[in-house]
Amino acid sequence: MPDRILALLAVFAPLSLVSLGGGPSVFAEMQRQGVEVHGWLTAAQFVDLFAISRAAPGPGSLIAALIGWEAAGFWGALAAALGLYVPSSCLLLLVGHWWRRRGDSPLRRVIERGLAPIAVGLIFAGVYTLIRADGAGWLEVATLLVCTLALWRGASPYLVMGVVALLYTGLLQGGAIGR
Amino acid sequence: MPETPLPPAAPQAGLGEILRVFTSLGMASFGGGLAGWMHREVVEKRRWLSEEGFLAGVALGQVLPGANSVNLALYIGQQLRGVPGAAAAFLGMLGPPFLFILGLALLYGWGVGFAGMGVVLGGVAAAGLANSAYTGLRTARHLRGLGPWAVAAGTFAAIGLLRLPMIPVVLVAAPASIGLAWWRETRRA
Repeated sequence: MPDRILALLAVFAPLSLVSLGGGPSVFAEMQRQGVEVHGWLTAAQFVDLFAISRAAPGPGSLIAALIGWEAAGFWGALAAALGLYVPSSCLLLLVGHWWRRRGDSPLRRVIERGLAPIAVGLIFAGVYTLIRADGAGWLEVATLLVCTLALWRGASPYLVMGVVALLYTGLLQGGAIGR
Repeated sequence: MPETPLPPAAPQAGLGEILRVFTSLGMASFGGGLAGWMHREVVEKRRWLSEEGFLAGVALGQVLPGANSVNLALYIGQQLRGVPGAAAAFLGMLGPPFLFILGLALLYGWGVGFAGMGVVLGGVAAAGLANSAYTGLRTARHLRGLGPWAVAAGTFAAIGLLRLPMIPVVLVAAPASIGLAWWRETRRA
């Protein structure tokens, strides 16, 4: 058991520092390590866990906790999650510390002003990529547009998500959608 | 939308308050799009960070390794209260979802199926993305001048449409955009 915990840390801690953009960049390697290298779970289980991690709140990379769970129970889940999140978090805090010490300096203001349009571009690139990645059809695109409009008009995001969940559940029950 | 026109002076954020805000944010994050929720809670509602301070965190959190939402939460917590603030945000963002997902793993172990969930989740994820789209639109309104708009459009096209790798794109675009901001600043002064 303790060696499984160590093995989990040894797998996930290095992945942490190459997980650029979060989970999607390291899913493939998690699958390879968990299924092929260590045999903690089967390929079919990995697909199921992926669906579960989508169903749960939190970042998609929390699938690491599920892999750890399959490998070594609760402590395995904890080790995998900490392994995946702590190293990258430390790096971010180092950069953030330097940033914070700048205070309200002119240099910092100029950097912030320069980064703002890039962040806007990144946000829209993320939306565009995710709405296409899911093999989303016209229904999802329409959902995105209508919900954006609703939020723009001041609707509560909780209300919007709730209505969409109910609507889709209804459509699924009625057999209008599904696969 | 609660648009209370508070003065932009940042009120002091307590650690408990940070933990509370990020706990609800963490549980709200289905299918990504969390930057939108954070913007609403941290910038619009509480004025903890300025618009530009927040966007710098968005860019930083995406460029550095790690989950974007976790990175942004750490950044916000750290800017507000240093490392303890970051720890509170981290705990709030990941603690409850961690326990939730283990609950699902238990159900899965007992043989509960998750078929059919995919379609509904796809819809909810699309609604979640609307939060990001909304934030993008709102923040885009603050961009002034042709240069920043060109940078935003170019970044979107390079990464979203052309699917170029993000890091090199940002490494080229960031110095150019910061240089542009610096030039505009000195010209104005």
